[in-house]
Formats: sequence, C-alpha cells, structure tokens
Amino acid sequence: MDTAVKKKKLGLKPRYRAMTRGLDWQTSYQDMDKIFPYDKYEGIKIHDWDKWEDPFRLTMDAYWKYQGEKEKKLYAVIDAFAQNNGQLGVADARYVNALKLFIQGVSPLEYCAHRGFAHAGRHFTGVGARVASQMQSIDELRHYQTQVHTISNYNKYFNGMHKNIHWFDRVWYLSVPKSFFEDAMTGGPFEFLTAVSFSFEYVLTNLLFVPFMSGAAHNGDMATVTFGFSAQSDESRHMTLGIECIKFILEQDPANVPIVQRWIDKWFWRGYRLLSLVAMMQDYMLPKRVMSWKEAWEMYAESNGGALFKDLARYGIRPPKGWEDACEGKDHISHQAWNTFYNYNAAAPFHTWTPNAEEMDWLSEKYPDTFDQYYKPRFEYFGKKHKEGERFYNTTLPMLCQICQIPMVFHEPGDPGAICYRETDHDGDKYHFCSDHCKEIFTNEPEKYVQSWLPVHQIYQGNCFPEGTDPTVEGFDPLAAVLDYYEIEVGRDNFDFADSEDRKNFREWNGGVEEEVSP
Amino acid sequence: MSNVFIAFQANEESRPIVDSILADNPAAEAVYSPGLVKIDAPNRLVVNRETIEEEIGRDFDLQELHINLVTLSGHIDEDDDQLTLSWDH
Repeated sequence: MDTAVKKKKLGLKPRYRAMTRGLDWQTSYQDMDKIFPYDKYEGIKIHDWDKWEDPFRLTMDAYWKYQGEKEKKLYAVIDAFAQNNGQLGVADARYVNALKLFIQGVSPLEYCAHRGFAHAGRHFTGVGARVASQMQSIDELRHYQTQVHTISNYNKYFNGMHKNIHWFDRVWYLSVPKSFFEDAMTGGPFEFLTAVSFSFEYVLTNLLFVPFMSGAAHNGDMATVTFGFSAQSDESRHMTLGIECIKFILEQDPANVPIVQRWIDKWFWRGYRLLSLVAMMQDYMLPKRVMSWKEAWEMYAESNGGALFKDLARYGIRPPKGWEDACEGKDHISHQAWNTFYNYNAAAPFHTWTPNAEEMDWLSEKYPDTFDQYYKPRFEYFGKKHKEGERFYNTTLPMLCQICQIPMVFHEPGDPGAICYRETDHDGDKYHFCSDHCKEIFTNEPEKYVQSWLPVHQIYQGNCFPEGTDPTVEGFDPLAAVLDYYEIEVGRDNFDFADSEDRKNFREWNGGVEEEVSP
Repeated sequence: MSNVFIAFQANEESRPIVDSILADNPAAEAVYSPGLVKIDAPNRLVVNRETIEEEIGRDFDLQELHINLVTLSGHIDEDDDQLTLSWDH
C-alpha cells in the first residue's frame, strides 16, 4: 500500500483568490443597476473590482477558525472574572462609570456598524469588498455581544447600565454617538466605508481601544481589557480594510479624489468630535491613569496620522481640514467635556466628581499650558461648593450644534476664554454650530441635517415626556418628566459619585475601606 | 521617514513573536504599557514565519498572529512566509 501523501494546501495568495473571486454573477432577467441601486449615485467610479485586495488575505474558513479561538479565550476570562468577584478588584468604584459610558454610548455603535457593513456588503458589486464587509459585519455583532456579556456582570452590582438601548435612543448626550453612526449608515456604501473604515477605524479608533483598554488593565478590570483587546484584534483587520479601500477608490479614477477628500474632511471631524467622550474618560474617569488624552493624541493621531497623510499625498489627498483645530484642541477638550457632564449630571445616568488633590496634580503636570489657568479653578470651586452642601447641578438646557449634537462648550480655536459659535440661515431658519467644520458639513448637505433629532429641541417641543403628560398643570417639573421618560432612576443612576449608592455599596463590599475621592 | 508599528496583547503567546520581531528588525523598539506591547520601527518592519518557528519549536501559520494582534500601521504585505509593514510603494 502506498503511503498517504499529505496533499499540499493552497498558499495564502491563491487561496484568497479562490475564495473571493468568481463567486458573483451578472444578472440576466433583471437589470444589474436595479439590484445594486446604490453603487453609482455617489459619483464614485470603479472600473475594475478585481483590483480589490485584502492584504491579510483572510478567507472565511480561516476567519471562523481564528475567531472561534478568540471567543474561547475571552469567555474563559469572563467566567473567571464573574466567579472570582472581579468587580471588587477594580481600582475604585468611580472606574465603573467609564464602563457605563461604554455600554451606553460605544457598544450600541458596534451594533450600528454590524448593520452598516451588512448593508454596504449587500450593495457593492465587487466580491472582494463584499466578503470583507461580511466579515466585518459579523465582527461588529460579536463586539456588541461580547461587550454586553462582559459588562452584564457589572450590571448585577452597579447602577447606570440597566437600560442602555432605551437610553441610546433617547438620552441627550447619547444622540452624539447615535447621530454620528446614523449619519454614516444613511450615506451611500462608499461614503460609509470612507467614514467608518477609513476616517474612524484607521485614523481614530486606536485612541478609543488602545490606551483606554490599557487603562482598564491598569485599573484591575480583567474582563474589559480582554473584550477590548479581543475586539481590537478584529479592528486591526478593519483598519487595514480602511486604508486599502481608500487606496482602491483613489486608484480607480482621478474623479474620485475630490469626492473622497470631502468625505475625509467631514468624517475626520465627526469622529474627532465624537471622541471628546473618550478624551474625558481617559483623563477623568480612570482612577489609575496610563497616559493623558493629549499624549494618546500625539502618539496615535499626530504621529501615525501624519505618516498616513504624507503617504496619501501622492494621490492628491491632503490632511483633513479640521486637522489643525483638532491638534490644537488636545489641551482642552477632555476638560471641557468633563465640566459639561459635571454640570448636567442630574440628567445623565452615570456619576461625575471633581478630581482629588493627587489627580489635580497629575492634570496640571500633563497639561502645563492650560489646566491650571483655565480648568482647575472651576473644579476647585465646584468642589468647595459641594463641601458646603451646594453641589452645582445645571438645570437649564444647553444649545446644541446641529451636526455633532454636542452642547456648545468648545472654545474658539486659539482663544480658550471664548466659546466658539457659528450660524447659518437655511430656508428661513437659523442653524447653530460648534465650529467652522460642523458648519461646513451642514452647508454641503443642508437637506440632510435640517432633519437632525436634537434632544434639546425635542424636549422643548414636548416630545420627551411620558405619554399622557400634561405640561400645563400647576407645578409641572419638566426635568422630572424628562428623566421619567428616559427611565433614569433618580438618586441611583444619576448625581455626584460622592453621594452615590455605588460608592456606599463598594465600600461595604470591600470591608469599609475608604477610597480617595473628592470632596 | 515615518514609523510603522505593530502591537500585541502582552501575554505568553505573544512573547516569542515579539522576540522574533525584535531579532529580525534591529531598528525596532518595544514599548510596554499595561496589557500591551507596541513595537515601533522606522519605515519598515518584517515578521518572519521561520524565526517564530525556531523560537517556539513548532509549525506556525502567520495568520495565528490575528489572535493576539491589537493594532498596526503602514501598508501590509502578507504571504505564507512573511508579513511586512512599510510606507514603501
């Protein structure tokens, strides 16, 4: 009998071609344009889809194999974390508020991305792009699920996590991430890829997942660091897809360049504004800090993004218009965002606090040009008032930017003492913006953005009260009615950390040990 | 000249991979932060399958890198023997 000879497997490159080419067909009794109605109207010209190449050359068979391995590792950690009461081992209970913000504002975006890539994959006529979109769509669903599974252990012990989807569709600050992604999903498939794969995943996502997850590890949160890095291993594929899709589109036709440039301008700025939330998480919400927002920005945006745009210059692509303003903002935005949430904490289902003395010193050291001068005095004043029994809660509603939907809290570039306001008239109405860049996004597509669902406007129009509310009765309390509509448990989910049930419980579970909080 | 980088979860599976990369790329530098190891290199970085196999004493499929990969930058070129990150064209 002959010895069985192991049949040689196809190499990586031929296997990739075998698994991603020739899987499609030209339709016969229906018009191709009817079946793929979205792949031309954006003006992007594709002459040869075969040029689409995934540099990792991942095929579905290998995809399932490695994803399965990642899942087994992750779920072993999640189980071990729950069994060993890992929630008691975090640096202090303030840390958990970063997870609340994550499950409220980031995880639902993973689900949006899952839907978005399923849609984009359906509407490309090139098979390579369809396979890549399919994998990413499955990845994003996995991210949402693993985040919910990980954080559900915390939800058993802490407030502020129990209604994340309900809140995502209603609560004022969550309209910032929600509107970002819905804006991307309602673009065409090429804009979606430029927005999410390139501008967000490639240029900005490292800022969310890398230093923040390192921070989770540093704060004793084994479960979160594991889901974070497990997700990030998929992100490295997504980032690769992001840069490849940009190169592919730009190489297909010179007429694509100005269209893509405008999308890069738009989506870099949209993503940057969204990351204000991450800046604040990094500088204020991690009791043990790994690096400041400013340092992370310099490492992942300035140096890496700088290299990227230097490279893309040969296609005629320049850095996004908002680039300089974003770099100038690195000294400010985390402080401005935290100050805003401190103000509006009555209406937000997580806790805020003023930094303690040691944290103030850290912020002064990391932000030598701005913190002591512009931000420390506010927090000292807030802390003093709180000690005197007058914790400040802002009960009036802020003006929002029509595009990023963030309250108008950002400074005029180059003038930290002034708030930046812009406005324009359209069709007889006035619209307000936080920056030149948000204004430009509006003036390029006013028909889209006049439809923005702005939480403050909706509250004033009476659309954010529980059904059957009569705002005309004597003694009507609009804020209470809005919180009722949000289904926030007043006194448990909201208000200052110092006065919270989370703090009291965590201290009791840990045998009465007092954490270093202020005041 | 711009840097490229590749980062892995800092664990026992990554350790021989990181060692191999540092051995094959004399200009590369590893930076550790909690849970994470990031390797920076000027312009170009190569990951060789053979070096990793020597280090771990078994066959290695370069796609196994995905399990502990956290992030990277630069243009990627991958085949069965080598993964290259660079800003070259």
